[in-house]
Amino acid sequence: MAILVDKNTKVMTQGFTGAQGTFHASQGIAYGSHYVGGVTPGKGGTTHPTLNLPVFNTVAECRAATGADASVIYVPAAFAADSIMEAIDAGVPLIICITEGIPVLDMVKVKRALQGSSSILVGPNCPGVITPDACKIGIMPGHIHRRGSVGIVSRSGTLTYEAVAQTTAAGLGQSSCVGIGGDPVKGMDFIDVLDLFLQDDETKSIIMIGEIGGQSEILAAEYLARENFGPGKPNKPVVGFIAGATAPPGRRMGHAGAVISGGKDTAEAKMEAMRAAGIHVADTPASLGSTMVKALGG
Amino acid sequence: MNIHEYQGKELLRRYGVAVLEGHVAWNAEEAEAAARKLPGPVYVVKSQIHAGGRGAGRFANDPNGKGGVRLAKSPEEAKAAAAAMIGQVLVTKQTGPEGKLVSRVYVEAGCDIKRELYLSLLLDRETSRIVIMASTEGGMEIEEVAEHQPEKILKVHVDPATGISGWHGRKLAFALGLEGKQVAHFTKFVEQMYRAYVELDCAIVEINPLVVTGAGEIVALDAKVSFDDNALYRHKDIEALRDDSEMDPKELDATNHELNYVALDGEIGCMVNGAGLAMATMDIIKLYGSSPANFLDVGGTADAARVTEAFRIITSDANVKAILVNIFGGIAKCDMIATGIVQASKNLNLQVPLVVRLEGTNVELGKKILAESGLTIIAADNLADAAQKAVAAVKGA
Repeated sequence: MAILVDKNTKVMTQGFTGAQGTFHASQGIAYGSHYVGGVTPGKGGTTHPTLNLPVFNTVAECRAATGADASVIYVPAAFAADSIMEAIDAGVPLIICITEGIPVLDMVKVKRALQGSSSILVGPNCPGVITPDACKIGIMPGHIHRRGSVGIVSRSGTLTYEAVAQTTAAGLGQSSCVGIGGDPVKGMDFIDVLDLFLQDDETKSIIMIGEIGGQSEILAAEYLARENFGPGKPNKPVVGFIAGATAPPGRRMGHAGAVISGGKDTAEAKMEAMRAAGIHVADTPASLGSTMVKALGG
Repeated sequence: MNIHEYQGKELLRRYGVAVLEGHVAWNAEEAEAAARKLPGPVYVVKSQIHAGGRGAGRFANDPNGKGGVRLAKSPEEAKAAAAAMIGQVLVTKQTGPEGKLVSRVYVEAGCDIKRELYLSLLLDRETSRIVIMASTEGGMEIEEVAEHQPEKILKVHVDPATGISGWHGRKLAFALGLEGKQVAHFTKFVEQMYRAYVELDCAIVEINPLVVTGAGEIVALDAKVSFDDNALYRHKDIEALRDDSEMDPKELDATNHELNYVALDGEIGCMVNGAGLAMATMDIIKLYGSSPANFLDVGGTADAARVTEAFRIITSDANVKAILVNIFGGIAKCDMIATGIVQASKNLNLQVPLVVRLEGTNVELGKKILAESGLTIIAADNLADAAQKAVAAVKGA
């Protein structure tokens, strides 16, 4: 059954007629996903010049006319938080923000706006969400995926692709892959996605990929120790990796959230917490697939 | 982005935050003139560098002499102090052994200090809110207080929907043991700091020490202010405060070409797409027995020009003995990267071994371009293979 998106998901795009929105919507459509239209303020009432789908001025109009239940955002960083809040107001159940570089205090407001709303946010600064052979929302290369049993959740785009390619090569495939993004203030965190994977019958095992900065991998490890491992629990095998073991403290490593700023936010501390929880930690991102095969008793 | 203490104080002053009167000076004569504008009889001459621990730091040319913050009892003494500091390298706990060049000093009025406290504002990732932290342990490094006396750190979080309110400051003030009119002064100080933090898109504002004067005023004796790089586009005046001399020249070069680059001290130069994969590439180089010379995320829209700039910056580091290119093409297309690699290698007359691992979008086309280029490229099948080959190339060299 997979998580978050499936073949019935109706996808709309914010920043629809821009270069990014156009390109990635066309890729999503080519993958077989159900894209229904999108928003570019000021171009409402027109038809997308290459995709032949309706363009609206507002998210609310687009949702009312198309029944979209997921919105993907490719709006530039200066306007992206505004776009997320518009989608929240329109009651879009799933909002996926790809945009990188949103000011963090804008995201603090967005996070507050999500409280008590009916929306779930994935991202920002993420590759998106894919359920192989059903629905691709985001910038990931579709062709490396195969429908299967591994649920993948990651703070890094390209490291997700590593995990996908290796689980595909190992014949396991993926149930769904969720990029939660590299920003310090974001929508879904590890625990939120893990919770869905534990409940999902199709997901038989999980790969989680974290990095330096923040506490969320440690909280996720504690969550899995509590909710996944033990008698009467799902006991789904989990493979983990943390990037940034060699990153110098205090330096921001590309992602806004990837910075060691004191306390237990190092790669070492996170890997230790994962091992203590019963997660199989891969030595390198090159061994994510083989570590999973071993964890599954193969 | 970081700025100097005097710049931070100037910004905070605009929000009403109480700071002492002071003037920046670029040479000894200016320092003397700056002191003459102040009431006296005591002056403080402070080295301006982007690092803490200045008072306890020592100058490289005078390791047994005085520190980077000096007291002066006359404008002449302020001049002498400035003359001893400007143009010299100050080494502190935070600068590393290489230290930082002092190009200017801040000459500030003295202050009647009754108590030293600690106050900072920053983003709390776990709650996604701004947290205001205070401590009675002013003047100490907050990381040390957090480690040894965590109970001495007080925190209040601010709900972005309601913003700052009087109780935030009062709660901290009473917990700090402030009394009488000090409480109102502190509360106002906190409100002004919060307004500055939000309006200027700060990352950290740290006042250490925050002092209570003999007259019961609350004054910022030091100010460390840094900003959210993602928000600089809406603060052109702050962006103009960037001090290029404080940056590693290679990192400055990379920043000017919009490349995400962090200089490290190893021997294998890395060019990778994606921040996570770039970090993991560094890690795996270390795992196989060498060390990375840099972090570099070339990004999803890399073209030949961008790859050339990246290679130029990587090879400007004399320590680099081999280059590892690791690309998992998503938006980034392997053929475009390969074309970039071929052009860059020829343009830069690349002398060090080059290991390339390509995967993802248009990978076959990319591999074909590399194979037909006539360049000596060590091709790798996966990340582990690439790292092992790069390490072998360095060890063999």
